[in-house]
Amino acid sequence: MIDVVAVGLICIGIGFFAAGSIGLLRLPDLHSRLHALTKADNLGLGLVALGIALVTGSLVIALKLILIWLLVLAASAASANLIARHALDRREQP
Amino acid sequence: MNALLWMLLDLLLAAMLLGLGWAAVATRDLKRGVALFIAFGLLLALAWARLRAPDLALAEAAIGAGIAGALLLAALRSEPQGGQPAAVPSRVFLLTLNLFSVLLAVTVAWALLSALAMGDSVRLAQPVTEHLSQSGVSNPVTAVLLNFRAYDTLLELAVILSAVLGVLALGPARPGYRLPGPVLYGLIRWLVPLLIVTGGYLLWVGAHAPGGAFQAGATLAAAAVLLRLGGVDGAGLPAAVVSRWLLAAGLLAFLAVGLLVTAFGYGFVQYPPDLAAGLILVIESAATLSIAVALALAYIGGWPSRRAQSGSLHTHTTEGGTH
Amino acid sequence: MLSAEIIYGLTGVGLFTLGLRATLLQASLLARILAINVCGAGVFLMFVSIAYQGLAQMQVPDPVPHALVLTGIVVAVSATALALALGRRLRESKDE
Repeated sequence: MIDVVAVGLICIGIGFFAAGSIGLLRLPDLHSRLHALTKADNLGLGLVALGIALVTGSLVIALKLILIWLLVLAASAASANLIARHALDRREQP
Repeated sequence: MNALLWMLLDLLLAAMLLGLGWAAVATRDLKRGVALFIAFGLLLALAWARLRAPDLALAEAAIGAGIAGALLLAALRSEPQGGQPAAVPSRVFLLTLNLFSVLLAVTVAWALLSALAMGDSVRLAQPVTEHLSQSGVSNPVTAVLLNFRAYDTLLELAVILSAVLGVLALGPARPGYRLPGPVLYGLIRWLVPLLIVTGGYLLWVGAHAPGGAFQAGATLAAAAVLLRLGGVDGAGLPAAVVSRWLLAAGLLAFLAVGLLVTAFGYGFVQYPPDLAAGLILVIESAATLSIAVALALAYIGGWPSRRAQSGSLHTHTTEGGTH
Repeated sequence: MLSAEIIYGLTGVGLFTLGLRATLLQASLLARILAINVCGAGVFLMFVSIAYQGLAQMQVPDPVPHALVLTGIVVAVSATALALALGRRLRESKDE
């Protein structure tokens, strides 16, 4: 039962990753692509991490996975902000 | 079925590695090439995990993708945008080069496949496993690095020191970065302590699980890179006098321990089995600090300016405000 | 059925050749350093594929090539740093 839930979570997570990648390739400009990358990919990562955390027997590994997800969340949010800010600054100076 | 799925995963990963490697070196735009190289490093870490080499996966992600990528990006900053115009190579040159490459690839592939086919050769894994209990640690890679082949690691620390001395001798540090905005400031405030704790954990856990001095040193160097990107020109490094000692500390500790045991009748870097664990920890701690300072100085490109070394993240932001 | 060591070993051969070819073709120093790093990654893959060979007989893969490649990764980064510093100095001395 746990295995089925875990596989389901991982598959949905992969779906979000795929959506993020398609967004990266198809969306028109930098800011919308950043949007797709940070939101969709991080949600996908969270679901995959949750799925794996359910399957591993140990609590320590599950906590480590959640910590990794939070770190990736923080880092990608900060990088997206920096990239978007830099692009905005550059656009104002033609 | 299981084996087939693993093989498909391996084929996919191998194809992506080749594709990324090709794209990284064949592109005209160097920024794109460096970004692809960082992604290549991360996929290579996955390949190490697949080949049952978790120590290598940690080291590749931290050093091969992280520090090397940061170094290349920092070097790209001062590279003029166009570079020099590429001289178009002649057709004959291209043809001979391609022919030579194909021949080389076929020869090396044939050598590799015959090496893989030799099943019954003498493997060093067996003696390592047999003597693992006497080495003082239970992680075989750490045992090989710091006990069985300690001499190689000693020389490696000397090589790192020489490379960093070269970098330091070649000129002043690269120009610094501007003051951070609130987002970067917050990120650095949270990440740097976490990186330091993770570095300490990796050093400690290297004795019985994947980890060790090199991964820990690279994590600490990553903290220094983050500080430097946040406008702290000293990158968290102590004053120059202390930094010089830290730089030499790994090599000195190794030599000191190696020579000390000779006074008790053992060979050079041949630790007594009951003291080996403690000696290895001492050497690894010194080596971690050495490697961290070395990689941080290599990233900065030289000694940070004297005025900058007294600053910290807080003084920089409260003095200058946000950008 | 291709086993993991053959797949990654041949990938290593491919990366080595690609990196070497790009080193000889590329114009700028930074691109050449990048190509040499890719070449080095290919060599490491070949090394560790041979280490994986022992898996059929033993539980653990051969740790000696792992240690060698770990040393190699760190030395490669140090050499890259030195090469980049040399390149920077070269560029500055040309501009003087």
